[in-house]
Amino acid sequence: MGNSQLLAYTAVKVPNTTHNRAADALAAEPLDRDMPQASATSLDAASTDAASTDAMLDRCQRAAFGYFLRHRNPANGLYADTSRAGSPISIAVVGFALSAYPVAVERGWISRAEAVEHCTAALRFFRDSNQDGSPESTGYKGFYFHFLDQDAGTRVWRCELSMIDTALLIVGALMAARYFDADTPAEAELRMIADQLYRRIDWRWSQNGGDTIMQGWKPECGFLHYGWEGYSEAIVLYVLALGSPTHPIGKDCYRAWTRTYQWENLYGHGFLYAGPLFIHQFSHAWIDLRGIRDRFMREKQCDYFENSRRAVHVQRAYSCINPRGHAGYDEDCWGLSACEGPSDEIRSVDAEPRHLFGYAARGVPYGPDDGTLSPPAVLACMPFEPGLTLRAIGTMCRRHPEIVHEHGFTSGFNADLRGADGKVWVSPGLFGLDQGIIVLMLENHRSGLPWALMRGCRPIVDGLRRAGFDGGWLDATARDAGGT
Amino acid sequence: MRHHRDSGSGTVVDTAVRDELRDNLRPPQWRNPEPADRYGLVVVGAGAAGLAAAREAAASGARVALVERDLLGGDRLNFGCEPSKALVRTARAYAEMRDARSYGATAPPVEVDFHAAMERVLRLRARLSRAISPRMLAAAGIDLFFGHAVFQGPDRLELDGMPLPFEKVLLATGAEPDVPDIPGLREVGYFTNETIFGIGSLPKRLLVIGGGPLGCELAQVFRRFGSSVIIVQDMPLFLPHEERDAAQILSVAFARDGIEVRLNTAVTAVRHADGEIHADLRSDDYISSVAADAVLVGTGRIPRLDDMGLDAAGVTHDPVRGVHVDPHLCSHNPAVYAAGDACMAHRFTHVAVATARMAVANALRGERQRLDELVIPWCTYTDPEIAHVGLYVREAMRDGIAISTSTIPLHAVDRAVLDGDDVGFIKLHVADGSDHILGATIVSRSAGELIGQVTQAMANGIGVRGLARVIHPYPTESSAIGEAARAWCCEHPPHD
Repeated sequence: MGNSQLLAYTAVKVPNTTHNRAADALAAEPLDRDMPQASATSLDAASTDAASTDAMLDRCQRAAFGYFLRHRNPANGLYADTSRAGSPISIAVVGFALSAYPVAVERGWISRAEAVEHCTAALRFFRDSNQDGSPESTGYKGFYFHFLDQDAGTRVWRCELSMIDTALLIVGALMAARYFDADTPAEAELRMIADQLYRRIDWRWSQNGGDTIMQGWKPECGFLHYGWEGYSEAIVLYVLALGSPTHPIGKDCYRAWTRTYQWENLYGHGFLYAGPLFIHQFSHAWIDLRGIRDRFMREKQCDYFENSRRAVHVQRAYSCINPRGHAGYDEDCWGLSACEGPSDEIRSVDAEPRHLFGYAARGVPYGPDDGTLSPPAVLACMPFEPGLTLRAIGTMCRRHPEIVHEHGFTSGFNADLRGADGKVWVSPGLFGLDQGIIVLMLENHRSGLPWALMRGCRPIVDGLRRAGFDGGWLDATARDAGGT
Repeated sequence: MRHHRDSGSGTVVDTAVRDELRDNLRPPQWRNPEPADRYGLVVVGAGAAGLAAAREAAASGARVALVERDLLGGDRLNFGCEPSKALVRTARAYAEMRDARSYGATAPPVEVDFHAAMERVLRLRARLSRAISPRMLAAAGIDLFFGHAVFQGPDRLELDGMPLPFEKVLLATGAEPDVPDIPGLREVGYFTNETIFGIGSLPKRLLVIGGGPLGCELAQVFRRFGSSVIIVQDMPLFLPHEERDAAQILSVAFARDGIEVRLNTAVTAVRHADGEIHADLRSDDYISSVAADAVLVGTGRIPRLDDMGLDAAGVTHDPVRGVHVDPHLCSHNPAVYAAGDACMAHRFTHVAVATARMAVANALRGERQRLDELVIPWCTYTDPEIAHVGLYVREAMRDGIAISTSTIPLHAVDRAVLDGDDVGFIKLHVADGSDHILGATIVSRSAGELIGQVTQAMANGIGVRGLARVIHPYPTESSAIGEAARAWCCEHPPHD
């Protein structure tokens, strides 16, 4: 199958129902032109042609948004964790979907009315869901279980009530509420439900009497006691929890969390250490962390945006050294992050056993590293290092066109493992989180729309201030005292 | 059922070795000497701390009595560092043979001889015991007594009813395994660090309870000998006090060794069924069961202070901290000092020796050396080893100290790459706004050796800029310490 066929945004077998109107519209326009691998050569020169680069990014972004249209359950408005048959709902993916609709409306990929309809359907589901915390419920104390049954919307896999994933859901709701600000009954309802969902979360309960927010809770055993130390994607969680008008955590909670940070100089780059790339991206999808600083970053004379830029360089340096000798790693082929890789123990050609980690948060420099890289994590670095990102994603696509399938970027690929056809191992299907972060981070790079919206979001602004952030746009916002 | 503490009778086939070890540790025909009218120092316990203290005191001219209830050498020689490190070395040899291809070498089929390994342990113990034998102690001018010392009052100590008059006493009684109260464990039987070196044969399946240093070291050893090993650790990480990154690297190393790891998991019950041991496990709400042929408990140690009449002596103590001492190692009884595992949170042989010397200096020479002046490194002897000195970053941050870390991954160190030992790192933790080294963590096959360089710098007030000026031979792993220091200097130029 040719490259262009792989990329062609052909019609997929989906019912021709109302919820797929936008999908149909998207499918009407093939998106194979100028996808990254097709234009890799030009991407190397990149940059000389800003217009074609933007067009390519538009196609990547639009294709990623298409995931949410194809994998939405019209019966309850929720979104599948992956594109695989039988996939449950992921509440974090719902949050990314809610955030993607404003982008899609702005870009003309979906009508405003349909976007509002989709968003409100999801919000209504959570508003009306069972919150008694029983094993068969949907949530408790305003939080939600990580994975839900595709149809019933109730807990599956005995999974945990997830604080971080609830935060990703709610920040998506708040972003949708910020964007859909028209004085219409439909948009007013959307805003009202988003506010209700946010206000009912008992963030203080999630501390379990401790200094920081717990990672999860289960009806069978209470709070999980996994340690959650060090820099992570949780800035957005703490900011939302601090900004709550109803059940806020104390300021000391954020300070207690940041006391677990570790500033490291690695490969000549001083930065707030976190191994996997996604940690350096997720909170940035919504919060404009350019030029604003909390106490830790003031002490280090840095900010989180600059920190993420440095993280890109650390990833490149590691991939250049390539200590484990994985196929393909170099300065233009990096991207260790949370993603799916091969999971079985497969013997290599020299009969040495390999240790493969399946879905795992891979990171540098301490691992795990089994040769699996995440193209979506690379693409999501666009706001931080656009030139290096374009070179890397172009190189990956040129070398391994199979990393684009089902109209989007695969979660992970592993070039150590090749099939008889010479193609590298590629994670089957797509993951909603990957598609969501692509939509948001490319939009932040292209227009800054998510950041602009959330700079006016009262919970975000209040939460950042209570966390001790100041400077930059936050000071200007204080003067203007705007936002809802 | 509890296995017996090993005194060298379990494995050895060479009776001369066994006899030598027995004679050096506790001669069967031993007769205690007549006590002196008064001892300058009575040392209770002849482990690492007690032996060091007795020698230090005798060398300074004091009249010294050394009392041991069991075997000379204590944990270090009999149940701890030395036998375990001997096994670690053999296990590493097997691992290297299996991994010969990665070194460009070929090795014949590897067949494990567990008895040979255990016999080697005994031979080495016998050899090392020569330095602490009763003969050597007598030559050092130390009166050695075997027996049970009990205080009858603040100034009265008796050995099996016989008074041992003293000016000062040093309690160096060590520690013993802290065995968790798991239903069925005692009935089924278990090994600890005190009994595992007397194990008669290699267990086919070994369940290790506890992911601390001891559990991790021995889990890896037995896996490399060929046992199927499961570690069950109730915390979410190995070595919960170490840096996350160190634990992460160890996790990967264990996976490569084929050790099955159950983190965040508690053993809720143990029982015999169908001729094997079954352990019930609980991880949050997940309940499972594993089968094993032997159980090793490695959940830590607690001070050994029972039946000594400490209350009569006015020496306050508790089961966790042991003897309560002031910064000069003096107990509430000004005539009674303590050292080593009996009073220290850091239960390591080198800490025992250092505190023993300090206690002698303070007790006999009137010095005022302080515990908080010690710069204490430690090392877990897994492969790779994990060594640390000074503050952890989390401790500094908790205390409000701004801190930065300079890291050199070993895969960027030529010698480590050449040796095929490039999994690990060297981290220097430095206080912001100065070049003061607050601590270091090293993960490397030779971390225990490397940490000494940073310890030396810290103990002598040498800052990171001074460390950066040190020239290291090339190629060596120790050069990475200089590289880490120079990387920090680049990020923090002098005018900064």
